Amino acid sequence: MSLGDLLAESATFTVRCDGAVVTHTELTARSDRIRNCLRQIGVGRGDRVGLRLHKSPDAVAAIFGILKAGAAYVPVDADSPVARGAFILGDCQVKAVIAEPGARQALSEELAKQSVSPRLLDLRELPDAPATATTSCNVDDVAYVLYTSGSTGRPKGVVLTHGNALSFLDWCSATFRPTCEDVFSSHAPLHFDLSILDVFLPARHGATLVLIGEDLGKDPQRLAATIAGERITHWYSTPSILNLLCEYGRLERHDCGALRAVLFAGEVFPMPRFRALRERWPHPRYYNLYGPTETNVCTWYGIPDGDCRQGRDSFPIGSVCPPNSARVVDEQGGDVPVGATGELLIAGPNVMRGYWNRPELTAAAFLTGGDGRRWYRTGDLVTEGPPGEFTYRGRRDRMVKRRGYRVELGEIEAALARHPDIRETAAVAIPDPESGVRITAFVSCQPGRATSIIALKTHASRNLPPYMVPDRFKVIEALPRTSTDKVDLQGLVAIA
Amino acid sequence: MNDIRSVLRAYILENLLPGEDPSNLTDDTELKESGILDSMSTLKLVTYLEEQFAIEFAAADLEPANLSSIAALQRLVQSKL
Repeated sequence: MSLGDLLAESATFTVRCDGAVVTHTELTARSDRIRNCLRQIGVGRGDRVGLRLHKSPDAVAAIFGILKAGAAYVPVDADSPVARGAFILGDCQVKAVIAEPGARQALSEELAKQSVSPRLLDLRELPDAPATATTSCNVDDVAYVLYTSGSTGRPKGVVLTHGNALSFLDWCSATFRPTCEDVFSSHAPLHFDLSILDVFLPARHGATLVLIGEDLGKDPQRLAATIAGERITHWYSTPSILNLLCEYGRLERHDCGALRAVLFAGEVFPMPRFRALRERWPHPRYYNLYGPTETNVCTWYGIPDGDCRQGRDSFPIGSVCPPNSARVVDEQGGDVPVGATGELLIAGPNVMRGYWNRPELTAAAFLTGGDGRRWYRTGDLVTEGPPGEFTYRGRRDRMVKRRGYRVELGEIEAALARHPDIRETAAVAIPDPESGVRITAFVSCQPGRATSIIALKTHASRNLPPYMVPDRFKVIEALPRTSTDKVDLQGLVAIA
Repeated sequence: MNDIRSVLRAYILENLLPGEDPSNLTDDTELKESGILDSMSTLKLVTYLEEQFAIEFAAADLEPANLSSIAALQRLVQSKL
C-alpha cells in the first residue's frame, strides 16, 4: 500500500477549481501520463521530483503522477523567491522538476548556480511516453520532502514516508469519517503539511476536493462566497485565515450551512477570535489540531459545543493521536509530573525519518528513550493536565509561528545580513493581540553606509517568503550586547 | 486630490513604514514589489480607504496595477468618489 494507490481506491474522487471540474477518470489519465513520462526519463523508486506549480488540478495530478512513478515529491512555493526554491531543489537532488513555463528561465539559472541540472518538465507539453505500470512502493519509501525554515538560514527538508502519511490518514479517517458526499477545501499551499489531509483524505474516500488558489485564498469575500457556493463540508486552514474570513469576509451575506467540520492547525487560535467565528458559524464541529511537519498532526482537541473556556486564552492541543505516543520531559530528558511544563516528545508511526542529508540535525531532533524508541523532540513546551490532555505553553528556541508558518528568526537574520550595507541584524518576535506575533528586525549599517526602511523591506521581500518578511525594521547604531558579548535579544524585545 | 494623497501617505508611513524618513516615500515608490503592501496590509488599507472616503471597491478595482504606488492609489480612490 502506498499513497499513490489511494487514487485507485475510489472512483468518485473529484477535483474542482475555479469552476472547472476534473473527474476521477481524468485525474487518473493525467497522472498516468505524468508517471509514464517520468519513468521514461529514468525517474523511479528512491528518486525525488520537484514541484513548483501554483495550485491547480494539474498540480494534484502531478503529485499522484510522481508517486505512481515510485518517486517522492518535493513541493516548493511558487510565490516565494526563485532562489529559495532552487536551493531546496538542489539540496534535495531532484531528478526532475515540474514547473510552469513562466518560471522556467529563472529556475534554470538559479539551479545552475546550485550546480544541479534536473530535467525541467512543463505539463502543457509533456513528451509522449510508452505506458508503464505504477511502481509499487513500500511503507518505508519516501513519499514527500517538505522544507521548513532553518535556524541558520538554510531551509531543512523533512523526509516523510508513505507509512508516515498513511498512519496520519488512518487517524483522519477514523476521526472525521468522511464519505463520498463530502466536499473538502484545500486552502493550504501544497508545500505546507496541511495539504496532506486536503489532498489525500478526499482521494481515499472518493469525496470532492475544492482547490483554493493562491489569490482566492487571500481574498476573504470571495473565499466566503466559495465556501457557500461550493457547499464545502470540511474546512481546514490556519486560524489566521479563519480570522480573516470572520473579520473581512462578510460572512453574514453567505450561507455556509453545509459546513460540518472546521479544522484548524499551525498556530494558537486566540479565544476572542474563535468566539467571534463561532457566533457567525454556530453549526460545525471545531477541531484544534496540533503537530509539527515532522509528525503531521499528532495531538487533537475536539472543541465541545458551548466550550469557550471563560478565563482561558486558547484551547488545549488535546490528546495524542493513536497509535502515536507522547511524553513531556525536562531539559535532561526525564519525565515531568502531570501539571509541570516540559518539552513535548512524540514517538510512533507518524514521526519523520529525519532531515534530508542533515545527520547532525536529525540526531539532535531525537531522544532515544530507555525503551529504545526514537522520540521526536518537538521543541514545544506543554503542560499535561488533566492526564492525557496537553496545553501549549511556548517554545524552547527561536522559532515562531506566523500565519501558521514556521519562521526561524535566524533565517530572517541570515537573509538580511546578505544586504551589502548591513553590518549586523537581529530579529525578535513580540506577541500581538491581532496577528498573533509581530516580527521586528533591528539593523545596524556598515560604517559610512545608510539605508532606508523601504530598501530593507524590498530586500527582505526579494529574499524571503512573504510570511517571513518582518513587520517592522528599526535601524540602530549598534546592537546591544550582554556581558558575555552576545546580542541582547531581551533588551531588543523591550524596545521592539 | 491632495487630501487623498495625504491620507494615503499618512496611513502608509504610520502603519506600514513606521520609522521611515517621510522624504523616502514618493508618489512613485513601488508598493507591491517592495513588499510594503502584502496581502494582509492591502486588505487593511482597502478597508480603511472604504471607510475613510465612504466608497466601496469591486474585486476588479484591486488589481496590482491600481495598488502599485501612491499615485495609482490616488487615481483609484478619485475614480470612486
